[in-house]
Amino acid sequence: MASLEASTGETFVSRLPAKARRFLRWVTTPQVVLSLFMLFLMFYMVIIPLYRMLVTTITFSENDLRYAQDAVIGQLTPFHWLRMLSSKISMIMTYEPLLHSLTISMGATLLSFTIGGAMAWMVVRTDMPGRNIINVLATVPYIMPSWTIAMAWKVLFNNGTTGGTPGILMYLTGTPPPDWISYGPLPIIISSALHYYTFFFLFVSAALMSIDSSLEEAGELAGASRARILSKITFPLVVPALMSGFIMTFSKTMGTFGGPNVLGVPVRYYTLSTMIRSNTTISAFGDAFVLAIVLILFSMTTIFINQKIVGTRKSYETIGGRGFMAQKTKLRNWKGLLTTLVIIFQVLIAVLPLILLIWSTLMLRSGDYSIGNMGLAHWIGESDVSINSGEPGVLRNPAIYKGAWNSIKLSLYTAFFTALLGVVLGYAIVKGRGTRLSKFVEQLAFIPYVIPGIAFGAVYISMFTKSVGPIPPLYGTFALLVVVSVAKHIPYSSRSGVSAMLQVGRELEEAAAVAGANAWQRFTRIIFPLTSTGFVSGFLLTFITTMRELSLIILLVTPTTAVLASMTMRYIENGNEQQANAVIIILIVLVLIGNFIISRFRGGSLKKGLGM
Amino acid sequence: MSTTITIKNLTKRFGDVAAVNNVSLTIEPGTFLTLLGPSGCGKTTLLRCIAGLEDPNEGEIYVGDKLVFSSKKGISLPAGQRDLGLVFQNYALWPHMTVYKNITFALEIQKMSKDQMDRRVKEVLAEVQMEGYADRYPREMSGGQQQRIALARMLAYRPKVFLMDEPLSNLDARLRMDMRTELKRLHHISGATTIYVTHDQVEALTMSTNIAVMKLGVIQQLDTPDKVYHFPANLFIADFIGNPKVNLLDGSVNGNGSISLGSFSVPVATYGASGEVVLAVRPEDIAVATKPMEGGVEFSAYSVLPSGADSTIVARREEMEITVKVMGISTIKMDEKIWLKFDSETLNLYDKESGNLVVSLN
Ligand SMILES: Nc1ncnc2c1ncn2[C@@H]1O[C@H](COP(=O)(O)OP(=O)(O)OP(=O)(O)O)[C@@H](O)[C@H]1O
Ligand SMILES: [Mg+2]
Repeated sequence: MASLEASTGETFVSRLPAKARRFLRWVTTPQVVLSLFMLFLMFYMVIIPLYRMLVTTITFSENDLRYAQDAVIGQLTPFHWLRMLSSKISMIMTYEPLLHSLTISMGATLLSFTIGGAMAWMVVRTDMPGRNIINVLATVPYIMPSWTIAMAWKVLFNNGTTGGTPGILMYLTGTPPPDWISYGPLPIIISSALHYYTFFFLFVSAALMSIDSSLEEAGELAGASRARILSKITFPLVVPALMSGFIMTFSKTMGTFGGPNVLGVPVRYYTLSTMIRSNTTISAFGDAFVLAIVLILFSMTTIFINQKIVGTRKSYETIGGRGFMAQKTKLRNWKGLLTTLVIIFQVLIAVLPLILLIWSTLMLRSGDYSIGNMGLAHWIGESDVSINSGEPGVLRNPAIYKGAWNSIKLSLYTAFFTALLGVVLGYAIVKGRGTRLSKFVEQLAFIPYVIPGIAFGAVYISMFTKSVGPIPPLYGTFALLVVVSVAKHIPYSSRSGVSAMLQVGRELEEAAAVAGANAWQRFTRIIFPLTSTGFVSGFLLTFITTMRELSLIILLVTPTTAVLASMTMRYIENGNEQQANAVIIILIVLVLIGNFIISRFRGGSLKKGLGM
Repeated sequence: MSTTITIKNLTKRFGDVAAVNNVSLTIEPGTFLTLLGPSGCGKTTLLRCIAGLEDPNEGEIYVGDKLVFSSKKGISLPAGQRDLGLVFQNYALWPHMTVYKNITFALEIQKMSKDQMDRRVKEVLAEVQMEGYADRYPREMSGGQQQRIALARMLAYRPKVFLMDEPLSNLDARLRMDMRTELKRLHHISGATTIYVTHDQVEALTMSTNIAVMKLGVIQQLDTPDKVYHFPANLFIADFIGNPKVNLLDGSVNGNGSISLGSFSVPVATYGASGEVVLAVRPEDIAVATKPMEGGVEFSAYSVLPSGADSTIVARREEMEITVKVMGISTIKMDEKIWLKFDSETLNLYDKESGNLVVSLN
């Protein structure tokens, strides 16, 4: 790549040997400067924290004196690894949670594949009416917090065995539902799948839209049956999209915290994510980090195997939806029934949870769901010892306002820096295309993608408890939440940055360079204006996803930096479920407002934010 | 105002491929030089190296007396400091700016006053006959109009050298003809040294004062259009230039000073050429008759292709096929017997082994 920028004939430079000057010229080209800056940043934000985490697992800490009397603080030791992987407690601490995590991930992935895939097929490839409504409704569960459905499940099915408010079902029938319905893997899988099926729906409908129906018609002419065509022609063609949906759902559910915490922990059904949390709450960081590393390794292996099968790039990219004139399967007599069912299902999972949550927040005496027992005490009531252990209504609680403000602040900062990094990364990668530096930056930017949310948060505990280089200790600060949120978004921002930058032909910048513009002028007057749509939609999307993010920050929040998402967990853990539900409602309202702004904004959509 | 461009031993490699291979070139002030060659021969790369958008691996480039690139001295001036203007193949107008903003972009960087800018915009829009378009956005104009604005944008800051990379290739045939006229006029008026890239030989022949024919990163011949057309330095150039294509006939030099082409021979003064040669003759340099004529060789009209102003006749004799171009609509019928006669003044002989021009007979 040419140096659009170069040092001219200053005397200092002209005295240097040619080789040094050539190096200087290379190092000062804008894309190299930005690439090196990004490398430095990612090194600090990702690589060093990972390294520190690893070191913590093989070092004795003060906390270990509880278990190992002869521990010397600071000494290297395999102690944590042995304890977690081959001791009497490793079954309970590691292997069972791992098994549970895998069960939930596999289950949720398969279920969301079934729901999302089937719905995508019906919307794209059949003559089903109302596809616009279905398309919109399909994204609703995803923009709500991931544990919304888990909370609603509890309102419906709680059987009171572990305390808490008995559910509606028990109120109506008088008999408690069995434990396997109220708690554990089944409800966790269902509630996660209903949240994450959006991925499959979006990926698969994009893929189906891009398939040329003449391929299928060729099969039909050759005399193949519908089922055969579906399995032999259509299915293989959407495999890359399915794989993308698969790794995304799998790695998200592996690291998810909300659902397992609400529906698993009360019956001691631990997953890796909840086990990591319970270790960090007792400051057993060495143990927690071993689990985090196990989690990361499993997630990475899945993604790696996946990419081997599908080919490195395809699994991450999707087929661009070009929309061929596809021949639609006629649903005939089934049309009305299926359409009704799909829409009812969608409305149910989008709206019913909200109704249930609101209902529970209106209930005054716990467990009595009748109209007569309704009131606004949990919302605006003064502190009353007979209701909810004397907590004031959420709208009177200054802590809630503080949390809401923290949520908004965190989302704004994260969205801003993420969008900015997106433009910078996009520029550095696209301008340097074909160079090793550019490839390296792109690969490094991918790393946070393979680290599940809760593990990514864990990585940051070990970093920043002490000052690292010029960076002061950040643990417990609000800034740390911003750093971790931005870092976790890097893969998405680099993807959308690259695709935004690819829209801007390189000639547009070169024309400005020839006209005498320097790097700053080219960036501010040409590049940035031309990518600003991408910047704004990236900003808004990050805003809503950060607002409802929990797994990532749950290990890092403190009472003063608490955001709404973490506050709901705090309330649940203290047994104030109705308060928790009220906070979720507030959170959802904020997210919906954000989403409304996005839909007003030209060019912004959930699809774009996922880099599709 | 006009400027010399000097290029010394310039090489630009992409991986192992030398897109520009040890090119040396001096372009005199006021020259309209065309870089001509097949796709992928390195024309664009050479132009981009001159513009400063690509860093060559070796060599030196001077614009006037100013050394703008030197690999040995580690010098490479940024594109904006080389006093060049560049027109891109796809125009590269900034879509978010009006015509006015597009044109004044460079002027603003030079901190020109608003009055001066207004005047300059008026001037250049008049030069490209686009008065009244200052407030349009690029997408609100046709391809030809965008092309003119791209030209105006380059003219606005009065660069010393004009660089153009296939500026007309996205236009339809008619518009291309009009724009050629305009560009040639523009060069005539401004007298600016111009480097123009094209793979269209007609464009090269009609517009240039000089043509550099390139192949695989190497300049094969640098000459006036007339010389390049009539005395191609090697078979590659002879074959590349001319439409319909030149006739290349394998032959051998006879002792009696003629060239044997198999069943007949053509009398030429061979000036010492010997052995196997390739004889090149342009289709329009062959005389045709429907009756036997002095020195004519009998062929049969395999196909006759009239195209208005002229007609192409494909003639055959045994294995040999020769293309002939005559003026007007030909009355020759297919399969009719015809007699062809070569004019020894217009023949070129090439060494069969090396492909280089041995003797110029015209
Ligand atoms: N950025 C690049 N990276 C790698 N190879 C390149 C690059 N740019 C050009 N090349 C190669 O260099 C050679 C010359 O390319 P160039 O674009 O200069 O050809 P051209 O003569 O302009 O062709 P065309 O008439 O098709 O525009 C080609 O083989 C091309 O593949
Ligand atoms: Mg080219």
